[in-house]
Amino acid sequence: MAEHIALVVNGQRREGDVEPRRMLVQFLREDLELTGTHIGCDTSQCGACTVHVDGQAVKSCTMLAVQADGATVTTIEGMQAADGALHPLQQAFWEKHGLQCGFCTPGMIMAAADLLARNANPTDDEIRHAIEGNICRCTGYHNIVAAIREAARTMPAGATAPPPTPATVNA
Amino acid sequence: MTEILQTSPEIGGMGHSVKRKEDPRFIRGKGEYIDDLTLPGMLWLDIVRSPYAHATIKGIDASEALKIPGVAAVVTGKDLEGYKLHWMPTLAGDMQMVLPTDTVMYQSQEVAAVIATSRYAAADGVAAVLVDYEPLPVVVDPHKSLEKDAPVLRPDRGEDKKTNHIWHWESGDKAAADAALEASDVRVAEDIYIPRIHVASIETCGCIADWDPVRQQLTLHMTSQAPHAIRTVLALVAAGAGLPISEQNIRVKTHDIGGGFGGKVPVYPGYVLAVAASFLIGKPVKWIEDRSENLQADSFARDYHIHAEIGATREGRIQALKVKTIADHGYSDAAADPSKFPAGLFNVITGSYDFDKAFVEVDGVYTNKPPGGVAYRCSFRVTEAVHAIERMVDILAHDVGKDPAQLRLENFIKPDQFPYKTPTGWEYDSGDYGRALHKALDLIGYADLRKEQAEKRARGELMGIGISSFTEIVGAGPSHDFDILGLKMFDSCEIRVHPTGKVLARIGVQTQGQGHETTFAQIIAQELGFPVADIKIEYGDTDTAPYGLGTYASRSTPVAGAATAVAARKIRDKARKLAAHLLEASEEDLEWTPGEFHVKGSPDRKKTIQEIAFAAYTNHPAGMEAGLEAVDYYDPPNLTFPFGSYICVVDIDKGTGEVKVRRFVAVDDCGNIINPMIVDGQIHGGLTMGLAPALYEQITYDENGNNLTGTFMDYLLPTAVETPAWELEKTVTPSPHHPIGAKGVGESATVGAPPAIANAVVDALWHLGVRNIDIPITPPKVWAILHEKGIA
Repeated sequence: MAEHIALVVNGQRREGDVEPRRMLVQFLREDLELTGTHIGCDTSQCGACTVHVDGQAVKSCTMLAVQADGATVTTIEGMQAADGALHPLQQAFWEKHGLQCGFCTPGMIMAAADLLARNANPTDDEIRHAIEGNICRCTGYHNIVAAIREAARTMPAGATAPPPTPATVNA
Repeated sequence: MTEILQTSPEIGGMGHSVKRKEDPRFIRGKGEYIDDLTLPGMLWLDIVRSPYAHATIKGIDASEALKIPGVAAVVTGKDLEGYKLHWMPTLAGDMQMVLPTDTVMYQSQEVAAVIATSRYAAADGVAAVLVDYEPLPVVVDPHKSLEKDAPVLRPDRGEDKKTNHIWHWESGDKAAADAALEASDVRVAEDIYIPRIHVASIETCGCIADWDPVRQQLTLHMTSQAPHAIRTVLALVAAGAGLPISEQNIRVKTHDIGGGFGGKVPVYPGYVLAVAASFLIGKPVKWIEDRSENLQADSFARDYHIHAEIGATREGRIQALKVKTIADHGYSDAAADPSKFPAGLFNVITGSYDFDKAFVEVDGVYTNKPPGGVAYRCSFRVTEAVHAIERMVDILAHDVGKDPAQLRLENFIKPDQFPYKTPTGWEYDSGDYGRALHKALDLIGYADLRKEQAEKRARGELMGIGISSFTEIVGAGPSHDFDILGLKMFDSCEIRVHPTGKVLARIGVQTQGQGHETTFAQIIAQELGFPVADIKIEYGDTDTAPYGLGTYASRSTPVAGAATAVAARKIRDKARKLAAHLLEASEEDLEWTPGEFHVKGSPDRKKTIQEIAFAAYTNHPAGMEAGLEAVDYYDPPNLTFPFGSYICVVDIDKGTGEVKVRRFVAVDDCGNIINPMIVDGQIHGGLTMGLAPALYEQITYDENGNNLTGTFMDYLLPTAVETPAWELEKTVTPSPHHPIGAKGVGESATVGAPPAIANAVVDALWHLGVRNIDIPITPPKVWAILHEKGIA
């Protein structure tokens, strides 16, 4: 039995019919074709699937799509501005070599955005604790910490994801 | 090696920290990893796996699974047997099952494949397949596997091989090493176990096999570090099975790869099953393993049981080394070692030291575990060798009462001894080990730390300082010694310069995050003066890229990087001829500066490389071929030998046994550096993959062969919290035989870091009588020792 859900994803109203057991990450990746959100484990450890649901970082492999009915979701694809300008975190990850294979990067950026929304000027220790639910195998975290520190420095106060643009697209 | 000319930041040749060209797609979530691809009509494949480590399959009942809506087919070993596809060769020349017809050999082994119209339907199908097993005796311990009454695990090998012993390999002079040990004042012997670990790249393995029955074309989209080798292996397997899939009609495409570290070198049964399913059904078939499958069934690394003995004078002058090792390969030797080297380059175990005599032997053994071993950011057993020698040298220093730094400095191979021939047959091309260690000692403030340690010890606090002065051996390899399944380990680059002065280059290696799109463009920018921004690097499509053996064992820069420089120089040679024609000068009168030729003494009479490129298509002289292209297949004259000295400071919590890495200084020498930012990134990552097995990671089995560490709940990857801020420095000793003097760096830190950490922990506990602790040095292990010594 499919359930009908409607939610706002990256500023667009999206709808779809999903099996109740379908996970949010698969709804995003396969139904909405937002493949920037990745899957790296079965046990909620790696954080590659991190997105924002109603403004909070959530591991989308631990949430059912039906639970996101009515929610506002932001994925990595929604982080850049409408004109294509990079979010300060995206820019800082590039500048500071905060990524290598890029697989953990979307989840890492979403976790970092959640941190900076709560704490605009975190210490290195606070940064490391904020991303402890996100595993990176390539960078040794060193430059990820540097990138988040840099983004905190360059990010205008109160900046979050870009504003929504109204539209409805059926999945 | 030729002189490295300085290029401008706009050109961005060697030595510039050019921002990565691949990043814009990754930071926007626009990477293209295997599971991001969907093809029209695509089906899903999921795998039924064995709950037993050793069992007879009495029967497989797929009838309930086939009733599930969306399930299209269930494939078993018996089905594959009809096509002679139930077994396949490993890269090490052993055989491995695709699906078993009668016996499973390890827990989580593939037993049947379910093909369905969706991911969820395939998983439902897997849950509904009923398999009737009859458990068999399980062999977990490789030592017991060699005992006379052990069950023979691989009867398929033939009547004459009624043993679990796979191979014996040795290197050096046994009699001479024995005699030198006998004559030594001091002998230190130790058992050192390097446990089984798993690369656990954050992207697991997967593929989409797409057989087009009309065009007789197989396109295999897959996570492979060595796509060309995969294509050839597929062609050979298909030919053996009598299938109409020939090499010109096989295209392997890798797309973006979410980390490799060696785990994406082998051919896994899942890939073959997807190919077989697509061939049988005529539709694209996707297989993506989940994390527990990845940890429980894919190739592992290490699992070396080492016994080492070192002989020295009373003053600590090292004289002889003897090493005997049991290598646990699981049920099949699926290592990706070069054919002549079943134990990889383990005989680099004499390390950075001037040993007179050495002997190394390794015996490969079967057990009921997944096949392997491949890499964990070090393909060829260098990590095992470095850990053993660096532990042994440290124990020797403590035994003879010498500071471990001083003992190393006294025993290093000296700069004037290079090229240096080791007693196990390698010729180290270059090195300056003392300089790297001195730099590390200065950077960390070694003398002050030793004072602090003495004060803390007097107060009963546990602090240790550990050193590792490793020598790496990478860049496989010279074709006279190095091949995999007969394929020589050259590598390649093809460069095309377009009329408007833009460049397309294709390489035989394959990035999994190393940044080849940037660094290989920098090599071309260095050699030809085109700006990095104007150079596009392609790889990972076997229809277009020149043949190469792929990326692992830190071989990209040493081999394909050299091919790239040489191909660029071929283009520069032709550009010189074109410039001479355009400037009406003789070639000998032209001088090169990055990006242009000018007439000697007349810097204004010049042609830029862009003008020359245009002329190659519009105004080339009579008698010269049009175009500006070159290809090079580079066969390295020797391996390269990066090195470094690492120093680690640890504090140990007496209450919990927890080891905290307080500081870690890494001085690396990888020869000339292409991109300093990327090299530092490689070292940060490598150090973290050295920290991981030193303190956290191990794949363990119970006595029934059950994997106890099959998810990230139990297999502990370090997070940002456990990982320290790394402190990096460099020395630069260029490789004398590499065209740009580079050596490779990807694995150095993973090879060098674990013994620095282990040495620091043992150093903290030496006064309690502790001589060795096998990695991973977990809190329970340390706590047990402290408890036994009456400390905790």
